[in-house]
Amino acid sequence: MSLLEITDVTLRFGGLVAVDNVSLKVEEGEVFALVGPNGAGKSTIFNLISRFYDPAEGSIRFDGHDLLKNSADQVPGFGIARTFQNIELFEQATVLQNLLVGRHRHRQTGMLSNIVFSPKAYREELRHRAAVEEVIEFLNLQHYRDKMIGGLPYGVRKVVELGRALASEPKLLLLDEPASGLSVEETQDMAFWIEDIQKQMGISVMMVEHDMGLVSAVSGRVMALSDGKELATGTAAEVQSHPAVIEAYLGTGEISKTGTSRA
Amino acid sequence: MRFVFKTSYDADISLFKHRAQAVWYGLLLLLVLATPLYFVAIGDAYLLGEITGMLILAIAGMGLMLLTGHTGLPSLGHATFMALGCYLNINLLGAGVPWVIAFPLSGLIAGLLGTMIALPVLRLHGVYLALATLAMSMLTGDFVVIAEPWTGGIAGAAVPDINIFGMEINRYSTPYKFYYLVLFVAIMIVWFYRNLLRTPTGRSFTAIRDSEISARAMGINLTQTKALSFFLSATAAGLAGALFGHSAGYVTNETFDLVMSITLLLMIVIGGLGFIHGAFFGAIVVGIIPVAIANGRTFLATTFDVNINVPGLESALFAFILVCFILFEPMGLYGRWLKIRTYFELFPFYRKDMFKRQKSYLKTDRIQ
Ligand SMILES: Nc1ncnc2c1ncn2[C@@H]1O[C@H](COP(=O)(O)OP(=O)(O)OP(=O)(O)O)[C@@H](O)[C@H]1O
Ligand SMILES: [Mg+2]
Repeated sequence: MSLLEITDVTLRFGGLVAVDNVSLKVEEGEVFALVGPNGAGKSTIFNLISRFYDPAEGSIRFDGHDLLKNSADQVPGFGIARTFQNIELFEQATVLQNLLVGRHRHRQTGMLSNIVFSPKAYREELRHRAAVEEVIEFLNLQHYRDKMIGGLPYGVRKVVELGRALASEPKLLLLDEPASGLSVEETQDMAFWIEDIQKQMGISVMMVEHDMGLVSAVSGRVMALSDGKELATGTAAEVQSHPAVIEAYLGTGEISKTGTSRA
Repeated sequence: MRFVFKTSYDADISLFKHRAQAVWYGLLLLLVLATPLYFVAIGDAYLLGEITGMLILAIAGMGLMLLTGHTGLPSLGHATFMALGCYLNINLLGAGVPWVIAFPLSGLIAGLLGTMIALPVLRLHGVYLALATLAMSMLTGDFVVIAEPWTGGIAGAAVPDINIFGMEINRYSTPYKFYYLVLFVAIMIVWFYRNLLRTPTGRSFTAIRDSEISARAMGINLTQTKALSFFLSATAAGLAGALFGHSAGYVTNETFDLVMSITLLLMIVIGGLGFIHGAFFGAIVVGIIPVAIANGRTFLATTFDVNINVPGLESALFAFILVCFILFEPMGLYGRWLKIRTYFELFPFYRKDMFKRQKSYLKTDRIQ
């Protein structure tokens, strides 16, 4: 059984078929990439997994659970964490506080014990801080630890969002364009982190990315989408040389065999 | 500038960031504890009554701050929850329930009723929630009239004195005891509030305030969490209402009106949204304005023989101050204080845009 199984899922926005009968599987321990031109439906697939949207047809199963029977706020509880294409951080909080919210699915104390700061709540806090501190160290965020998100540069925010997702200790990490807007060096760091996340932490990764260099460097299998439909699935090289994929990108100049150009 | 070295996670978790901060708050505590001594010395407790009133406003303000400043849900109806707490307290006391039970109980029931009233409107956003709570506040006076057997209707109801294990407390006959009682309640609520903010419950509130999408993606149930914030908020307002009743001595259908609801909201905006301090700064401003206007009038009349008798001057001045704050000081008085402090701590390295809220990137195709 695969970790994530999406079967024949279709989602329409009015007349537009954003996701058209898509099926895919993410295996435990792999890095699975979704590529495709703008508007292909990649982010929409993430939003379907997050249960922000209800599919018209199809099923989404994760780790033996039927996700469609659960609401958006129950999804993280199964071990799915995500980042957003446009960065959705808690702006008026510090980096530390953002990461701590990532720990929400592990919370064990209720409001009453929080409000009197019971010994149990105190011990729980210590555990959360220890877990978050590991993430801060892993992503080299020590310098920004107590800074407000509002004043941080774009590249750092991307890393903080990755950190917040990691803080929840997920089984599956959904990364929506982790390298968009990053410099060459920052993209390089991101590639190393994704490798470590997969190899050392044993977390499966599903990512949407336009940067084919990054995609070829870190992912095992790649699926190409266009207009909500699957074009091809295989290794990065196979997908890039697939006629249907080349046709979909024709004129957009987004995909290239050297893997350096991007949208 | 102080450097906070992390020796253990305790540094983040403890109430005070560093020793100096603990010392400052210790001194502040001593000051508020010693304040009555001054009034004993001058033999006139009138102003102490005003200060007690500010503390009561600050308690209600903390309730609203939790909801609006920390959870991002505006309410123009918090006077309604104060009314609930006040009348529940009167009726429980009237039924012979001892004050030490009646008082917290009236807060809790006000919180529960408040949550039940709020549940249907909690799905509303921003201005719609504000309008729904505004409507609630407008109806409050009418409900007080309808519920005459419990509220005394238009004629009003007298508020019984406080009796704690035989100790009688009345605003006029024992102003010092009343002050300490209100101070105790205020400090307890500050403590609860601080605890919330350093634990998962408070973090889930601020998460919802900053990004509902992200909060859900982190596993936070929006409806439950908002309802919880509303419950705590209405409970604090209910407790403040009960104390307000004791302070006023007599309440009618016009006591907890729309103006009070609006004043509470203005108060926390002026004080500084999103800071516990803001509730206190705001309460001080709201408490001082009428006194300042009265003194100003007397001063003009006695020194220059000028008599200003403009009706509504207070509200106008208040509105003017508010507009100025929104235009020039959106972080409120507490924000101004933070800026001044940072200026001196970092001198000469302060940058003008240090506190500027950054425009968020690319919020164009957000989900929803
Ligand atoms: N909430 C929505 N309402 C209506 N249409 C939507 C909505 N979200 C996405 N769409 C449409 O669905 C299609 C797929 O969008 P999606 O965001 O999934 O694309 P994408 O593959 O992530 O593209 P990009 O690379 O630009 O991020 C697009 O045509 C988009 O305009
Ligand atoms: Mg997208």
